Amino acid sequence: MSDFEPKIIAFVCNWCTYTGADLTGTSRIKYASNVRILRFPCTGRIDFMYIVKAFAQGADGVIVSGCHPGDCHYTSGNFHARRRWIVFKSFMDFLGIETERVHFAWVSAAEGAKWAETVNSVNQKIRELGPYKSFKNLVNVGVS
Amino acid sequence: MEKLINIARGLLESGKVKTIIGYVEGPTGRIRAAFIRKPEECSKLLINQNCIQNLAVYLLKPEIREFGRPAVIANIATQRSVLQLAQECQIADGEIDVIGFYAGNTIVEFKNFTEIEQRLKEVKLELTSDDAKLIEKINAMDTKQKWQFWVDEFSRCIKCYACRSSCPMCYCSRCLCDCNQPQILSAPSHLLGNLEWHITRAMHLAGRCVACGDCGRACPVGIPLHILTMKIAEDVLKNFGKRAGTTLVKEYALSSFKNDDREDFIK
Repeated sequence: MSDFEPKIIAFVCNWCTYTGADLTGTSRIKYASNVRILRFPCTGRIDFMYIVKAFAQGADGVIVSGCHPGDCHYTSGNFHARRRWIVFKSFMDFLGIETERVHFAWVSAAEGAKWAETVNSVNQKIRELGPYKSFKNLVNVGVS
Repeated sequence: MEKLINIARGLLESGKVKTIIGYVEGPTGRIRAAFIRKPEECSKLLINQNCIQNLAVYLLKPEIREFGRPAVIANIATQRSVLQLAQECQIADGEIDVIGFYAGNTIVEFKNFTEIEQRLKEVKLELTSDDAKLIEKINAMDTKQKWQFWVDEFSRCIKCYACRSSCPMCYCSRCLCDCNQPQILSAPSHLLGNLEWHITRAMHLAGRCVACGDCGRACPVGIPLHILTMKIAEDVLKNFGKRAGTTLVKEYALSSFKNDDREDFIK
């Protein structure tokens, strides 16, 4: 799989991880360009369907990241998100969705280096797992 | 049975209640729901072990509400749904009458919802062994097998939304799957859209499903989709210690939190 370039979608919160990713850039830390960052107001806004949609649209991996617990700009958005993820991660597992392709992280606005490291490690992992064929194939079921 | 008929007749004759939502025997001998509006028709009402449908589903339907104040004959699942609906501010205490029945045909006329809450504390609410076994069976599969299992099941889905119609908790007047600007869930009964629909349905019932199993029974192609919501209900109980439809306290599992919720999977 040498020519496989993973497509990774990152759903990040505006206040911590997005700013953190900015810091990665201004600190001139290099990281894998396979990631597409989507900015949300808060992790609490990241609907579980976004993850499903990302896979359906051809993503091989997903990163979901936001403020550390206690640091939420809206006080409790990430606490609510955490509960949702506990439930949804277990549910994805029950459905047979490959949960190792979904990476949950807390990255604060000061952790530019951690963001680079997160993206690189996910990128590495997805490279090893290969393209997410079983989900991508769904789109073509019944299409001749 | 006599007691039930007398209670129902009394309620209708006093004019306090306009409709009794209960079980009757249909023309082919199957138990089905009925809406009794005349005291003389109360003799048709019955309860037995086949009265498993969750009649709470009718409480919020506009065409049933039109009949006027209802009294519902409630098995355990229906009682739980009533509590959950009250918790979600869909029905107020005193707005409906609830006549509960239990195994062994014990009948209780509840005065208020708090009584239901008290009574449910004495009842076992575990999943039936069939459902628990199926969940266990799927849990034991590896990721590929699980995926194949659900792909096979969902490929038979015809998107009739019987699961939605049979569920007392699916009461949104406009469901997410009916929205087409933007189209969030793809409408045709194609495998991808089917999967999206069942994920959405199950997740929107997370922490709210009372595990009556009516969605699975309503499915015309026999997809065991009730275990999706039941599995989540079990997870919610395990992780947050909450069981839907057992309390009137307005604290929904997924819109509340604790500082020390599990986060071992978040790096």
